[in-house]
Amino acid sequence: MAEMAANGQEPEVLFWVGCAGSFDDRYKRVTRAFVQILEHVGVKYAVLGTEESCTGEPAKRAGNEFLFQMQAITNIEVLNAYNIKKIVTACPHCFNTIKNEYPDLGGNYEVIHHSTFLQQLINEGKVKIKGGGEFKGKRITYHDSCYLGRANDIYEAPRDVLAALDADLVEMKRSRANGLCCGAGGAQMFKEPEPGRKDINVERTEEALATLGGGNGVIATACPFCMVMMNDGVKNKEQEDNVKVFDIAELIAQAEGLTK
Amino acid sequence: MIGISNIIFLIVAALGIGLFVWQIRKIRKNIQMGRDLTLEDNPSERINKTLLVAFGQQKMFKRMLPAVLHLFVYVGFLVINIEVLEIMIDGIFGTHRILGIMGPFYDALMAINEILGALVIIACVMFLWRRNVTKVPRLATGVEMRAWPKMDANVILVTEIVLMLALFAFNISDLKLAQLKGEELAGAFPISSMFVDAFSSDAGTLATIASTGWWIHIIGILAFMNYLPSSKHFHIIMAFPNVYFSKLAPKGKFTTNPAITHEIKAMLDPSYQPPAPEVDAEGNPIIQRFGAKDVEDLTWKQLMDSYTCTECGRCTSVCPANITGKLLSPRKIVMDTRDRMEEKGEHPAIFDPAQYGKDAGTERVKADTEERTLLRGYITPEELWACTTCNACVESCPVNIDQLSTIMDLRRYLVLEESAAPASLNAMFTNIENNGAPWAFPASDRFNWADELYLPSKN
Repeated sequence: MAEMAANGQEPEVLFWVGCAGSFDDRYKRVTRAFVQILEHVGVKYAVLGTEESCTGEPAKRAGNEFLFQMQAITNIEVLNAYNIKKIVTACPHCFNTIKNEYPDLGGNYEVIHHSTFLQQLINEGKVKIKGGGEFKGKRITYHDSCYLGRANDIYEAPRDVLAALDADLVEMKRSRANGLCCGAGGAQMFKEPEPGRKDINVERTEEALATLGGGNGVIATACPFCMVMMNDGVKNKEQEDNVKVFDIAELIAQAEGLTK
Repeated sequence: MIGISNIIFLIVAALGIGLFVWQIRKIRKNIQMGRDLTLEDNPSERINKTLLVAFGQQKMFKRMLPAVLHLFVYVGFLVINIEVLEIMIDGIFGTHRILGIMGPFYDALMAINEILGALVIIACVMFLWRRNVTKVPRLATGVEMRAWPKMDANVILVTEIVLMLALFAFNISDLKLAQLKGEELAGAFPISSMFVDAFSSDAGTLATIASTGWWIHIIGILAFMNYLPSSKHFHIIMAFPNVYFSKLAPKGKFTTNPAITHEIKAMLDPSYQPPAPEVDAEGNPIIQRFGAKDVEDLTWKQLMDSYTCTECGRCTSVCPANITGKLLSPRKIVMDTRDRMEEKGEHPAIFDPAQYGKDAGTERVKADTEERTLLRGYITPEELWACTTCNACVESCPVNIDQLSTIMDLRRYLVLEESAAPASLNAMFTNIENNGAPWAFPASDRFNWADELYLPSKN
């Protein structure tokens, strides 16, 4: 972004990578897949690179409003300095925070989640998956992210994206507004669960596996935390050879033949 | 003709209504213990929501069977109240079925009333069955379902059945009396007419049954009305304002504390002048806690939530923490808020449900700790730290209670005032402070993901 600004250019959209997209080895692959799609369709985008910092979301959910606002106000200064108007992110937590909580602190942007962004690309015909690509007919179940779904009422965009794969989409019993959390929200990602009978991600993975009905299948996610939790759940159930967890951007990039 | 019974009726009705008003004023006072909050934006959207969610029971229909049964009782309550209006007029002026002058409209009204009355009885019996025989988990289990809440539910259902039976007794004997006199009774009674032959033919007995039924119904209604403020059944009133004042913003938007914003802006820019703090009536600045420790730290809306809760347990039954055996139960958070509010403020009820709970059934989880505040005295940090903020509870609530906002305010108090977050969360805070990410990675590595990317533009 700094480079673009130095050349007097403004991006169509700023890609907010997020901490997981920057540091988590698994989610870095999602970041790259999404960037490959952006390059493929020729969107003029930018990233903040090292100027990006945590949105403060986990601090806020953990009750640390002070730290959240510190982060938010600093980030807003950076974004406003670059005159950013539109932001896309692959993280529902970043998405929710920038879209809903930054305006009160002076940050007003058009914020869209990558599921909606991909949905638009598909609708505009910029991403055409010929013949459905390699996921044609494959069993895929989509796990709703709370911060995309209930928090922001985005249920159809990720499903529309998956529909482009011409796969065998199956719904879990608890889906859309009734979707069961993966267990990582509210800063749970960064702590051990409280004592209980079972871990939430195991409960949810069992449901996903039952829905996929044995054999090979894919659990599709649209959130870095969900991805970690579902991956751990699949490992816990020793199903990692049969069931893979993919972000919707990875599925599109693969079906388009952008990655291997 | 106005006689002695009309005067007695007038006194009874005045007493009943007066007592109810007196209780409502106490409840108002309790709710006003909460922090100020202005919720007057978008009145048209709020009215729409109230029509859909409260009047239209939209969210009830996520579960079909209870929704239909509840609809019978709800519509029954609304329509049969028109007959109560008649009862009041008859009672005061000594008339008999005064609304009979409406002719065919009255016939239809009475017929609908009778059918609804029968449906109410069927629904209430099935509700009793679900609570006490099949023991539907969300109604029968949970630490917060102590003796009083269980008893309360049964009292409501039995009372409703008795009220309906009284109404039928009145109608049947009235019908039979008219038959004996060879008169035509105003109104149509499809259910009562089936039972006419089963009643005695003695005019005196019939008159007694009719008037007893009549009195039981009206006194029952007045008594029931005065029972509401002590009961979960108060939702029949509170559901409407509570939905009207519910959150319109996306569920993911949590509140922002402006006092903190001023502090941070002053820190970053020494020339920043924060606005003068709000002052109370005596001109002293109001110093508010960060987050909530006790009921007065919550907003009036959060307190109103707790008066609206009908303890149906839908929130708890969809809570991922609760499903997997953690201590958190969103219903308990709301019920505890109400109990604490009534302990600290005024008890509106003529009789004190908390006393009932002490003598019978399971004790409160953490009943008598030294700190009798909402936090710790009623709700433990372990419950609060189990929440994933997934909004399933908020989504499921048929009367738009925001359980999550209360959980978050209690959490904020733990962190901002007591620094009592779990150690791993403190580590996460430190990481964000030091390197701008919740994990301990150097900020300079933030762009490394691109190194492995072979992009045409990077050629």
